[in-house]
Amino acid sequence: MIKMSEVIKLRKGLNIKLKGGAEKALEKLPVPATVALKPTDFPGLTPKLSVKPGHKVKAGDALFYDKYHPEILYTAPLGGEVKSVNRGERRKILEVVVEVDKDAGEAAFKKGDPKKLSADEIKEQLLKSGLWPFIRQRPYGIIPSPDKKPRAIFVSTFDTAPLAADNSFVLENQMETFQKGIDALSKLTEGDVHLGVNGDSPFAGVKNVKTHQFSGPHPAGNVGVQIHHVSPVIRGEVVWTVNVQDVLFIGRLFENGKVDFTRVFALAGSEVEKPKYYQTVLGAPVASVTDGRLKKADYKQRIISGNVLTGTRVKPQNYLGFYDTLVSIIPEGDEYELLGWATPGVDKFSASKTFLSKLFPKKEYELNANLHGGERAFVLTDQYDKVMPMDILPVFLMKAIMANDIDKMEQLGIYEVIEEDVALCEFVCTSKIKWQDNLRNGINTMIKELG
Amino acid sequence: MNFLKNFFEKTEPYVQKGAKYHWLNSVHDGFFTFLFVPKKTSKSGTHIHDFIDMKRTMSIVVLALIPSLLFGMYNVGYQHFKVIGELASTGFFDIFLYGFLKVLPVVIVSYGVGLGIEFVFAQIRGHEINEGFLVSGMLIPLVMPIETPLWMIAIATAFAVIFGKEVFGGTGMNIWNPALLARAFLFFAYPAQMSGNSVWYSFSENAQTIDGFTGATPMAEAAAGNITYTVSDAFFGFIPGSIGETSTLAILLGAVVLLVTGIGNWKIMFSTVAGGLFMGILLNIFAGSQGLSEEAATFFGIPFWHHMVLGGFMFGAVFMATDPVSAAQTQKGKWIYGFLIGVLAILIRVLNPAYPEGMMLAILLMNTFAPLIDHYVVQGHIKRRMKRAKVAA
Repeated sequence: MIKMSEVIKLRKGLNIKLKGGAEKALEKLPVPATVALKPTDFPGLTPKLSVKPGHKVKAGDALFYDKYHPEILYTAPLGGEVKSVNRGERRKILEVVVEVDKDAGEAAFKKGDPKKLSADEIKEQLLKSGLWPFIRQRPYGIIPSPDKKPRAIFVSTFDTAPLAADNSFVLENQMETFQKGIDALSKLTEGDVHLGVNGDSPFAGVKNVKTHQFSGPHPAGNVGVQIHHVSPVIRGEVVWTVNVQDVLFIGRLFENGKVDFTRVFALAGSEVEKPKYYQTVLGAPVASVTDGRLKKADYKQRIISGNVLTGTRVKPQNYLGFYDTLVSIIPEGDEYELLGWATPGVDKFSASKTFLSKLFPKKEYELNANLHGGERAFVLTDQYDKVMPMDILPVFLMKAIMANDIDKMEQLGIYEVIEEDVALCEFVCTSKIKWQDNLRNGINTMIKELG
Repeated sequence: MNFLKNFFEKTEPYVQKGAKYHWLNSVHDGFFTFLFVPKKTSKSGTHIHDFIDMKRTMSIVVLALIPSLLFGMYNVGYQHFKVIGELASTGFFDIFLYGFLKVLPVVIVSYGVGLGIEFVFAQIRGHEINEGFLVSGMLIPLVMPIETPLWMIAIATAFAVIFGKEVFGGTGMNIWNPALLARAFLFFAYPAQMSGNSVWYSFSENAQTIDGFTGATPMAEAAAGNITYTVSDAFFGFIPGSIGETSTLAILLGAVVLLVTGIGNWKIMFSTVAGGLFMGILLNIFAGSQGLSEEAATFFGIPFWHHMVLGGFMFGAVFMATDPVSAAQTQKGKWIYGFLIGVLAILIRVLNPAYPEGMMLAILLMNTFAPLIDHYVVQGHIKRRMKRAKVAA
């Protein structure tokens, strides 16, 4: 029986309307020549390599593992030969690259209906197949320890971030697989699996879950916001979150007995010739998605794996991020603007009411990566509350983080937020303060001091 | 404008650390970023940023102050020609020009001294120049009586910028509103010059004045038991007072700018006015009580809403109390903070014989208490969060 609670209406927040939203059309890309996993996609991870360049791996074989939890494996999305381990400063591992060989085969896992498997069998299978890292925990937004059971599991089925992929389009005809993934996850908690949905979404029919309806502007689709309104995270307990497309991976694993990291990306943004959806594989090269599909321009363009608020800046020779389902491309905007702060600003999107653009609420904008101003101390303190639909005082939390005050961080709600939840605060910030970096520093302090 | 950009870009290497003109770094950066929004792009965090920045924010406040400034200039001339009895025979532009020439030096001194200090501190501290003084530099002239000597303006500005702001770490870190601090500094350091009846009008000592002229502001008169103003004069601003504070109409125009753009906080403005009206009504109620001197009874008894158009009340409510740095920063705190400013301003104004105007002291006092108000509001928030945590557990 589906239990449909009433709609949770969020009024605070901000929809940023960007030009170049993806058209609902899907193109399948050929298998890429190389794929890679990036340890830098996992905050707080200390990776240990399981392979060396030259090793042959099957899809689903480990490439590296967590030093402090060796049972958590990170596996190859496709089989082939390990081509290189690219390192950065202080020999930090940046990318483990596999040269794809179509005949390399896949590692074999147990096939079966997750409903009939035990929790331990499911956990074991997720750890071995490299699907465990798709689960993230709150607090902190890190990969959970397999030793602790979560109070509940949360999945947000819609994304309100700018240009985000539309999950109900992406998951067309795959709802059965999604259901399998949910069934597997529901075995791993004694509580419920909670599904955040909006409007009449196909996800409303998913069984074995508690469904919660949300409406409102971004960040209504953020799972952190949804957790806050369903049952907030408190000290000492853990809840898990999984992205929609990653639930599919889990479903496929139990359907087929092998890993299938096929993933759909939206390629969107004002610099894309024809924004639409592309099917490729996890860890595909950026160029395999973007090459030949950008507008020709005599200025610099910025490629972002993920959305424009929380994504990672990448170059064509890099690889797409582990959790990302969107590639956004915007102008870099590294140009001076004469008296830019004094213009009427018909084309300047702002959450404030200080530009004429406010008169055209439906307009779509082409925004670039310019900071549009210098960095300052906190001066205006009203703007953040308006984009934070949680019972949290953003400025006071941020000041506690800056002051490294652990008690205050805890009291003011650091367990409930990760970077994406304060991204809008960073966007609207008149003082151009780095909210997301600061928050991650605060979280790292919490992990170090309290474990 | 390309040549300007080229000039600044080419000179940039010469003002870097270790280069020949490194001591000009802040000045260079200040002018460069004023003329051109920098080309700096996001390195981490969000890739896109709101177009609003501190320069835009502060320039909107300055814009909101323009009506008060222009009217202030006109009123300086108006009061001058009225006192010497030549008002009827002087044209509009002559009146304005007189005031303009009187007020302009005050504005120049305030900006010159304040920005000078700001540049020096920015250089020493190695940070960019803060735009906060663009507003303070305009507020300071507007809260001064016209006959304040320029050297006093200079000292007061220096005091306000150094001890009101820079010692705390610059814009955003200060406890008190810098412009009010400048005014308070003069008020207490030079009481003889600042509170007499000779500072509100601009005329030379041996000039002829009209009969019955005392030089006092309507509020000083009211405190002495004489009602000398008409409400319409006080609303439109044709009364003596500090340069920018007299015209409620001009201030309300500024308030509209601040409210439409959302730069000024409506909660603080609203609650300050509410607090003032509340105290005014309370005084009205007690106006008839026994034991009040005749003067006090008169002042107690002026209709409560007259307080809104007299003295610096409205100017303080719109431009001073709403300073986001020195005001309370929690939403509930803003209501309390504003209301208490309104109450205290009228209380001090009417009940304290030593200070004919209470707005300045009321705001400075509440600036001091704003962190305390916030502390209790935040504690309440934390308590609620903790309680919820217990329920969930």
